[in-house]
Amino acid sequence: MIPKLFFAYFAVVLTALSIVIITRRNPVHSVVWMLVMFFHIAGLYLFLNAEFLAAVQVIVYAGAILVLFLFVIMLLNVKEELTAKRFSELWPAGAMLGVLFGVIVLFSLPSFKQGPAGQYGIEALKAVTPTRALGTVLYSEFLFPFEIASLILLIAIVGAMVLAKKV
Amino acid sequence: MVPLNWYLALSIVIFSVGVIGFLTRRNILIMLMSVELMLNGVNISLVAFSHYLQDLRGQVLTVFIITVAAAEAAIGLAILVSIFRNKSTVHTDSLTEMKG
Repeated sequence: MIPKLFFAYFAVVLTALSIVIITRRNPVHSVVWMLVMFFHIAGLYLFLNAEFLAAVQVIVYAGAILVLFLFVIMLLNVKEELTAKRFSELWPAGAMLGVLFGVIVLFSLPSFKQGPAGQYGIEALKAVTPTRALGTVLYSEFLFPFEIASLILLIAIVGAMVLAKKV
Repeated sequence: MVPLNWYLALSIVIFSVGVIGFLTRRNILIMLMSVELMLNGVNISLVAFSHYLQDLRGQVLTVFIITVAAAEAAIGLAILVSIFRNKSTVHTDSLTEMKG
């Protein structure tokens, strides 16, 4: 009962916050609400025994990406944003597409059948701590994707500098 | 025990709200934030799968998605800054160079 109440709180707050984020007029308000939302998602990760990801969520998303958004908002014209129209002219079509997509996927949800369980149950995770188990999988089975991720980050650094430079 | 389908439903709802935000807002900044919303919805479903299938691959994939999200935010915001520098606007309907 208590886990369900806990999940219900997170589900209601996350849904409400995501709707609040896409409807605010002032981008700064959106970013601050997004900060609250990321902390709630980190709480949900803790609830799912993913403590390393909860820390990464707070450090990378709340600490790095949102600060980047805030810095860029400082470079833009927020005053003009407060009087401009929020939604594009074709917004009913876009909203309908989004709702339609969500409804279709939601109705396909009951056909999901759970596959066989893997080797990292609660007991196995307790024996080696969860972060160590995650590192073992990341650096053995996913070593090549890990290297590709470093390349993606390098390209992002170079690309961001080239794009934002004054010509 | 919370059923797995509840987590999946929550992630679908957050993803759909992100889709709606991306398709309806005029401000490119909010559109980028909607993309972040979508990625977070996917992350929730992956971590839930990882927990319920007792397999850590979902969490590893989430680490990669967070990496790509950081790269995407950096490049997207750099593009936004250069658009604002050249056109002094961040609204999608003011950028009509490609219109026939």
